[in-house]
Amino acid sequence: MDDDIAIKVDGVYKNFKLPHEKTNSLKSLFMNIGKKRKKGYEVQHALKDVSFEVKKGEFFGIVGRNGSGKSTLLKIIAEIYQPTKGKVQKSGRLVPFIELGVGFNPELTGRENIYLNGGLLGFSKKEVDVMYDDIVTFAELEKFMDQKLKNYSSGMQVRLAFSMATRANADILVLDEVLAVGDEAFQRKCDEYFKIIKEDKTKTVILVTHSMDAVRRFCDRALFIQDTVVKAIGSKEDIANKYTLENLKMPSDMIAKKGEDYPDGLSERVPFFEITTNANKLLSNSDMLNFKISYKITDNTPINTKISILDESRGGYPIVQNGAGAIAKKGMNSLEYEFPLTLYNDTSLHIIATLDEEKTQKRIAFTNEGNSLRVVVRNSGRMSGSALLRREGEYYGRWKNGQADL
Amino acid sequence: MVVSMEKFKQRYRYSFILLYQLVVTDFKLRYQGSALGYIWTLLRPLFMFVILYLVFGVVFNAGASVPHYPVYLLLGILLWNYFSEVTNNGIQAISSKGDLLRKLNFPKYVIILAGSISAFINLVINFFVLIAFMAFAGVEVYWHASLFLLILAELFVLAIGMAFLLSALYVKFRDIGYIWEIIMQAGFYFTPILYPITLVIDRAPAIAQIQMFNPMAQIIQDARYLLITPKTSTFEQIFSTGWYRLWPIVAVVLFTVLAAWYFRRQSPNFAEDI
Repeated sequence: MDDDIAIKVDGVYKNFKLPHEKTNSLKSLFMNIGKKRKKGYEVQHALKDVSFEVKKGEFFGIVGRNGSGKSTLLKIIAEIYQPTKGKVQKSGRLVPFIELGVGFNPELTGRENIYLNGGLLGFSKKEVDVMYDDIVTFAELEKFMDQKLKNYSSGMQVRLAFSMATRANADILVLDEVLAVGDEAFQRKCDEYFKIIKEDKTKTVILVTHSMDAVRRFCDRALFIQDTVVKAIGSKEDIANKYTLENLKMPSDMIAKKGEDYPDGLSERVPFFEITTNANKLLSNSDMLNFKISYKITDNTPINTKISILDESRGGYPIVQNGAGAIAKKGMNSLEYEFPLTLYNDTSLHIIATLDEEKTQKRIAFTNEGNSLRVVVRNSGRMSGSALLRREGEYYGRWKNGQADL
Repeated sequence: MVVSMEKFKQRYRYSFILLYQLVVTDFKLRYQGSALGYIWTLLRPLFMFVILYLVFGVVFNAGASVPHYPVYLLLGILLWNYFSEVTNNGIQAISSKGDLLRKLNFPKYVIILAGSISAFINLVINFFVLIAFMAFAGVEVYWHASLFLLILAELFVLAIGMAFLLSALYVKFRDIGYIWEIIMQAGFYFTPILYPITLVIDRAPAIAQIQMFNPMAQIIQDARYLLITPKTSTFEQIFSTGWYRLWPIVAVVLFTVLAAWYFRRQSPNFAEDI
């Protein structure tokens, strides 16, 4: 292994044997002797041929949906599980945080738990003695150290556990996203801690997360795992975008099968209605959003086409609604729509449309989950926090262009 | 030498720290919430002793031929209790730590070792009571009593070996828990704890010989011989000649090495098997 590599994962496979019936008793063992070997278990493949390297000092993200295998991968890296095939090499001391406060015992006092948890993290009693006051101060629990942990609120427990975790003396830290629990003040502490370890180039960090925001803020590189295989490894932007795009795809079971009744929003009168784009679904805010609305109608009643562009990243609030009047012709129809994204910051947009009869205002069709359109917008300019709109405008008044303007 | 000492410290540093914390935690939790607390460490074996003494010593007069029968009985009970505590706690030691094992990788043998050391500390505390009883009964102590430390070492090794085997088996086969309970119950009577082995030798010497192949019988008889009275039939006396004399040490060491090997081989899979 090269000197600058902290973790090398090489062709790792992991299978779990899932027993049909839990057979860990001697009786079933004896009963099955002599019987034709019927497999009492199913093999579940949790990881297939996973290989990657993490350099020393890197902040490396692992992203994937639930059940993709990312937690199994994390546990294999942390040597909690053994790989079925392949190997993991590491250089330096590794400390995993699959969960906060591992080994905390509710029957012990806060003080005793600090020493116990410290021991699990590899600190001797003397070493904990030295940092004890700092741990307690950081957790803001000075008055509670002689109370039993079971009398702590969950918030207090998390604070104590996190305060311990920040002390971990490791070359490689393996963090699960479960760390990101707690109230807003705690989240900020977490963020600050992540920033500090990101700066510290002696520490290598592997972070498993769902949050693309965390990936873009902290990670140098990331790995995207899907259905037990590595889908992509690359820069944080690249992976964050791929992951978001992948999540735009609708699961196939939500789209009704042919031959059955018409799916939601369609009918015999309007058997086809969809919004599509020829362009990339991952757009920069300097691009133009371009899409096509197509539908098939079986009569000539005048109808209105209405579209809504919803801001999915911020709760689905509509940012644009627009209608086009009275076009109707029996058969296939299509409309194109163009929308400038210049003003927008990072967001995911959901574009939906409806067909209403012009005279009665009666809704005759709408696009469902399967035939509406989702796109992702990335601000290519200055970071603008989590706002909907790009950072724009100037400050006037006391300060202007960095100069006092009194 | 200094270098290798440093290496040794480095390698086992984490294990030492963990071991210390686990033993300390076990002590803090053991009698939590009970009014008498640690005194129970002494009271439990004492009450057991009083009951068994009344039934077997007074009613059945089992110890008529043995000098200092009460102390003789107490020593047997203490040693048996130690073995019973280490194995009964050891059997579930790994699976009860499942939550921890799924979150952190650490040397698993430390769990078994910690349980063993906790029980050993209890045994040492109980020995003060035994010493008081011995003084009270006027037991003569000879220099060869110091050899008792070797017997204690043998007991420690045997008990920890059994705990290694049982805890690793229990992860896969939960029935072991019940099976071991029955074995221990039978073993308590099959081992000459309540009665002197001479009673068996007089009636059926072959059975006595079989009984003495049980290392616990050999340990208890040797301990009594060294500490209490030379009028105790030890393994050496029963098998006075031949290679049989090597049995206790070979059996205990070989068994524990195999058990530890099995435990070590199984331990990487504990986290997912539990």
